[in-house]
Amino acid sequence: MADKVLLRHLDIPNFHQLDVYVANGGYDAARKALTTMKPEEVTDQVKASNLRGRGGAGFGTGMKWGFLPKDSSKPVYLCCNADESEPGTFKDRAIIEWNTHILLEGLLISSYAIKSYTCYIYIRGEFVFGTKRLEEEIAAAYAKGYLGKNIFGTGFDLDMYVHRGAGAYICGEETGLIESLEGKRAYPRIKPPFPATYGLFGCPTIVNNVETLACVPSIIQNGPAWFKAIGPESGPGPKIYCVSGHVEKPGLYELPMGVTLRALLYDHAGGIRGGKKLKAVMPGGSSFPILTVDEIDVAMDFDSMRKINAFLGSAGIIVMDEDTCMVKALEIIDRFYHHESCGQCSPCREGTGWLHKLLVRLEEGNGRSEDIELMNWISTNMMGNTVCVLADAAAMPTQSFLEKFKDEFIEHVTLGRCPFQKEGAPTHRHTAHAA
Amino acid sequence: MPTIEIDGKKVTVPDGFNVIQAAEQLGIEVPHYCYHPGLSISGNCRMCLVEIEKMPKLQIACNTKVTEGMVVKTASPKAKVAQSAVLEFILINHPIDCPICDQAGECKLQDYYMDYGKYQSRFPIEAKVEKRKVVDIGPHVVLDQERCILCARCTRFTDEVTKTGELGLFARSDHTYVDLFPGKKLDNPYSANVVDVCPVGALTLKDFRFKARVWYLEKAESVCTKCSNGCNIDIYHRRGQMFRFRPRSNVDVNQYWMCDEGRLWYKELQKESRIMRPLVRGEEAFTPVSWEQAIGTVVEKLNHVKAQHGAGAIAGIVGAKATNEEAYLFARLLKEQIGADKVAGLSWSPADAFHDDFLIKADKNPNTRGLQALGLLNGGASVADILAAAEQGTVKALLVFGADLVSACGQEKLDKALGEVSVIAFDTDYSGITEYADVILPVGTAPETDGTFTNHAGRVQRVRQVFPPPAEAKTGWEALSSLHGKLGGTELMSITEVFSELAGKVPAFAGLTYGKIGSQGAMLA
Repeated sequence: MADKVLLRHLDIPNFHQLDVYVANGGYDAARKALTTMKPEEVTDQVKASNLRGRGGAGFGTGMKWGFLPKDSSKPVYLCCNADESEPGTFKDRAIIEWNTHILLEGLLISSYAIKSYTCYIYIRGEFVFGTKRLEEEIAAAYAKGYLGKNIFGTGFDLDMYVHRGAGAYICGEETGLIESLEGKRAYPRIKPPFPATYGLFGCPTIVNNVETLACVPSIIQNGPAWFKAIGPESGPGPKIYCVSGHVEKPGLYELPMGVTLRALLYDHAGGIRGGKKLKAVMPGGSSFPILTVDEIDVAMDFDSMRKINAFLGSAGIIVMDEDTCMVKALEIIDRFYHHESCGQCSPCREGTGWLHKLLVRLEEGNGRSEDIELMNWISTNMMGNTVCVLADAAAMPTQSFLEKFKDEFIEHVTLGRCPFQKEGAPTHRHTAHAA
Repeated sequence: MPTIEIDGKKVTVPDGFNVIQAAEQLGIEVPHYCYHPGLSISGNCRMCLVEIEKMPKLQIACNTKVTEGMVVKTASPKAKVAQSAVLEFILINHPIDCPICDQAGECKLQDYYMDYGKYQSRFPIEAKVEKRKVVDIGPHVVLDQERCILCARCTRFTDEVTKTGELGLFARSDHTYVDLFPGKKLDNPYSANVVDVCPVGALTLKDFRFKARVWYLEKAESVCTKCSNGCNIDIYHRRGQMFRFRPRSNVDVNQYWMCDEGRLWYKELQKESRIMRPLVRGEEAFTPVSWEQAIGTVVEKLNHVKAQHGAGAIAGIVGAKATNEEAYLFARLLKEQIGADKVAGLSWSPADAFHDDFLIKADKNPNTRGLQALGLLNGGASVADILAAAEQGTVKALLVFGADLVSACGQEKLDKALGEVSVIAFDTDYSGITEYADVILPVGTAPETDGTFTNHAGRVQRVRQVFPPPAEAKTGWEALSSLHGKLGGTELMSITEVFSELAGKVPAFAGLTYGKIGSQGAMLA
């Protein structure tokens, strides 16, 4: 992409520093919003831009803001979801650490739009450097009057707090995040009511992803038409794609929404490393179906992905080459969900553990032929029956792997060991391919 | 009052009812674990998933408020598949403790397994998650973390009902466990209620552990008599022996709870110190006699005193531990048959008795309001008056029914007052007052009699005889009625007759019948 927006720090050194940011047009959008626009106008522009959430769900941001009650006597809260924990996803981290102020400016404009005077950034505890960065740059923003009382002399006050998590994926679930912010165990809440009606401390609350918020300043600065023209209209804008796994050049790629997966892998990420052949790709993080070699011509935007029963999700693209054992890969993925399940509701708590244990047995060569159907049954009965979608996030990839790589699972059973392991070699935990 | 359809049947229920409550009205049980009417909605067990028309996903019945025209299917194929699946999920890590678990026979896992499951386990037993078993968490409760299905009823109870917050959930995923917060013990006065709310055998009562298999026990409705709250209870018993009390729900009296002391009160009611047969004081010791002889001796003594000193020399004191029927018959016997003019009620409690603003009352008598309504506590002679008269020598015979005069007045005072008085004591146990008695007539405890008690709020509540008094003891009302008959009056032959007469004669009880009282009680006028 010619002019980077979200990863603009790649073009401008020290872009995370306030003076550098301002010198390059930073906070112009915020000034425009606060001094020349009404809050409702800001929301309208975000709605018109078709900005969709980049945390994983792809829900219309303007629509979400529109769910807030028009006349509530309670304070409105804006929560920034910086709990980035989806496997394969590392874009929010880059924004937080190196393009810090685009996030703060996005939070400022969004808070103004939804009439929130208190903003919480919930950042995963492991992002120690990111936390430091945020605290430093928030302090700098306060000092220069971009945060705090009477911003730009408009009478709009905004306080911003950074709250660290303590190592739980489920704190990225918006109501789990809210519960954690309130000092409780991060058990997601039963919905409805949704956070817009009853959120943080029982008040109307909006939870938005870091990258989503980082899009807001450019929407206000350049207008919704500009944003809508980048990629497909139904889900446009600049997008950071996270590519990891068996490629030559893993990393972050900011591109207009809608690049094909093939182009992303081969034109941008340098193709499969070591000259190997591609076997499979998880395009949207680990919580969604996997794609085979035949499915990579899809455009990486929200709606195109849905057409092939896949999801853009968090755009965490995990690439697997021909030497990858799919059973091992699924074992690692289900191990993650087993570890991260909050444990509140029965199907997920027990189901994730069951799936994981079955896969461990399968990979170690002790699987039974009925295990495949059993894993399907477990997945089907987890989905839709739980308080939050972590169960679905575990079930979807599981069923997709079982469907698209069934033969490999069967081979583990009939062979009595992993076919990718050298015969006689001990099963070791962390490698996903033959040495 | 929305009208909805559940499994093809229509029902109209109050606003705010959830689908579980509405189904209950139709006699349909929606399976559930974490839902409890006395606690907040948790929605974590997912067992109550039901199909609701126009909603694409199954919904949890506990958190779904009924709306007009809602159509619910609790046992459709989709719902049944989900319920069966949730049950299987809960069972995979559940230890197979049934043979040694107290909950067997009243366990919702067992019950629903028979209804929905009956499957072979598909989970390897060696891979079950292991947690701590037999964790002593307080004076009354033992915790087994492995059996726990993490419904969070116990943590919600300590948070919301007792507001003491001793229990919490720790760790994550299938390693989550219930435990005490550091430094805490589960020792609030209502701690044992967590044993009731626990749907499985994760929380068990120390007092009941391994004592009996519940399918050998019978259950009877009754009322606790440890204080004036009158918590509704179920008595679990077998062959005349009580094994435990459990609270019975009554929205107006005790909701779903009872205090720990009340729960263990059954022990007090079947102590070794029970009087088994009528006794007459002889030269050196009490001689056991038959009822005929005992009643005969009483009649003789009373007639003698009446002849010598007049009816005014006979007095009676009835304790607030007596039932309404017993107190009524006692007063009737003395006033109408004997012609005595001094009949007083005794409602005594220790001055420093523990009480709170929840269920535990300072008044440790079950029937103070009853005695009040019968006119025995204010107006007319008082206990002090009677003892003063006895000391002066104007009272020569004293009938005492279930009154702990020693605790109330002190041994010294009684020694002075009762030295020359013939005391006839109706009581359950050898206690202070029986030491002063010339004749002891053994009567039954609350579980051994029919009758009613009136709680602190004026609610008249029924107790039914669960088993007869031991050995040759009689129920209080039968003993009094028999004496009344022997003194020349009408012996009432059934408890219903007694209450009928009582309700007819005492204004506060006007209009009350056993039918009206039912199992939830009825208020005094």
